[in-house]
Amino acid sequence: MSPSELRTTVRAIGDAAVIDMRGEIDGSAEAAMDAGYGEAAAGGQATIVLNFEAVDYINSTGIAVIVGLLARARRDGRTITACGLMDHYREIFEITRLADFMPIFDDEAGAVSDVTARTA
Amino acid sequence: MTTEITQTLRRVLRRSRPAEVGTVARPEEPPRPAVPAPCPVDIAPDDPLVHYFQSTAGSVELDTLELDSPALEELRAAGVKMVVPLVSQGELIGVLNLGPRLSEQEYSSDDRRLLDNLAAQAAPAVRVGQLVREQEVEARTRERFEQELQVARLIQQNFLPRDLPDLPGWQIEAYYRPAREVGGDFYDVIALPKGQVGFVVGDVTDKGVPAALVMAATRSVLRASAQRIVEPGEVLERINEHLCPDMPPKMFVTCLYGVLDPASGRLRFANAGHNLPYVRTDDGVIELRARGMPLGLMPGMKYEEKEAVLAPGQSVLLHSDGLVEAHNPAREMFGFPRLMGLVAGHRRGSDLIDHLLAELDSFTGPGWEQEDDITLVALERSASSAVSASFPGGAGDVAASPASGNGDESRTLAEFELPSRQGNERLAIERVQGAVAELALPAARLERLKTAVGEATMNAMEHGNGYRADAPVRLAVLASDTDVSVRITDEGGGREIPDAETPDLEAKLAGLQTPRGWGLFLIKNMVDQMEVSSDDKHHTIELSLHLKGGGDVTE
Repeated sequence: MSPSELRTTVRAIGDAAVIDMRGEIDGSAEAAMDAGYGEAAAGGQATIVLNFEAVDYINSTGIAVIVGLLARARRDGRTITACGLMDHYREIFEITRLADFMPIFDDEAGAVSDVTARTA
Repeated sequence: MTTEITQTLRRVLRRSRPAEVGTVARPEEPPRPAVPAPCPVDIAPDDPLVHYFQSTAGSVELDTLELDSPALEELRAAGVKMVVPLVSQGELIGVLNLGPRLSEQEYSSDDRRLLDNLAAQAAPAVRVGQLVREQEVEARTRERFEQELQVARLIQQNFLPRDLPDLPGWQIEAYYRPAREVGGDFYDVIALPKGQVGFVVGDVTDKGVPAALVMAATRSVLRASAQRIVEPGEVLERINEHLCPDMPPKMFVTCLYGVLDPASGRLRFANAGHNLPYVRTDDGVIELRARGMPLGLMPGMKYEEKEAVLAPGQSVLLHSDGLVEAHNPAREMFGFPRLMGLVAGHRRGSDLIDHLLAELDSFTGPGWEQEDDITLVALERSASSAVSASFPGGAGDVAASPASGNGDESRTLAEFELPSRQGNERLAIERVQGAVAELALPAARLERLKTAVGEATMNAMEHGNGYRADAPVRLAVLASDTDVSVRITDEGGGREIPDAETPDLEAKLAGLQTPRGWGLFLIKNMVDQMEVSSDDKHHTIELSLHLKGGGDVTE
């Protein structure tokens, strides 16, 4: 029940920067997501993978935060992909058409090998 | 496992001293103060040295060892010349560290053989020592836990009434059985001025000593207030004001308080989010409803007061969650419908609680470990007079039509209120999830319902109530044979509800629109049916989902 604030950490894997997110994505996640994006972008990789493996809750205000992030990436000319989503949130990403603008992979390995394939 | 090894290494390192090198075979020799005691060296679990020790047989001379290892450097700096790994059943459980020989000569092959032999015998002994110590720690933890349980039980028992009052013309029964890990259930029967009697059943969220203490505080304030204040709603209000300042986070108390006038059968009651009492009448079971939020969530709450008249032969059951939330071996829940059915079918004049417990027993089967406290209070008005006055219409509008407990029509699984406060949608989700547990919705449907309820509650708190703390959001969870629905009501009547338009994602991504505005769209797509209605005071959204359905992406 306690709103567990989102924490992000960034890892570079080959040509991708992976943002590991832990906690809940609602409106209050904006600062953490922005910081994660900033750190990932500083690494210079053209693709950023959002790893939702440890995210157990996303609501509409969280979707707004993700949309904001996608808009920012589009301005910066970066690609964002997603992995590790629970089935329910994958469905929501499809309903909201976020999936059309952010390719979704089952797991991190899939997301990273896609980046490798594209940059090869 | 790696942490265990590190701890063991640390422990063994701490005990070994270079001074003891020469004394291995002569332990009676006093320690020589001239040799400085070494500092313990921490070996990180991922240090290559750990792996090396694990894979090597016998003692290791550090001078000749070539490894890129921080721990190795540290050991050398601490003056360690030789390390003898202690391996028991293939597991590295510690090491012996030896400094230079006091004779300043190199270790001979005889020395090393001796050390290896020693290590081979010491390792299992050290391992046994470790296991014994682990078990001691475990036993102490268990003991502390048991002691705490004992304290919680003692508090609980001392705050339950020893005797029930003798009321001519009424049978009163009460039953309380704590779960092994004592919960926060309580009940009370209080003699009040003018021959009236107060009945209380409550439940503190959480378990153990904290719950028992909150329960004790609640009960004390209630007892004191009940003597001075006549109105049940006001009594709950008073308790709420007392509890709020010191309530531990995430804890609250649900509580039903009723005042009976034995002569007339008139029962005035108020409810702070507790299970609804059931009244057995000749026409079926009636739920006694009164609105109110659990105690201790926020100050300034009001509690609706209702009134009913118990006719001769009628009985009322107050109950906590422990009974309805009991599971059988197939993980089915006892559930409200079953309880209602049993109350409806119960013969007047016999012992209702015994009957319910027997049913619970056969439901759960033998060997059931009780999951939560069970508390039941039943009162029945003797059928001495033939007057079969049922609930007079308008007398506090005792809601709900009589239900037999197994009919097809829609039944209420839960009703509650929440203050409009940031994050309380999570509370709504949690309570709705608990209420629909007995329906065993497919996982994907449950997730959709949770998302829809969360979004609609957020909308109600924000757009309907403007996050005003004194404006509550009301939720009702209903089920029929085919559907589950949740009604969410806020106090923002008279406003226009926008249609759930599909957001323009392209425009949002291009920065032409705010990224927000997904709530209503999400709700509409999560449920099978969504209906909104409003009057000048309230606005209600009703979300319905079929219990089973096709065409789901994830089902």
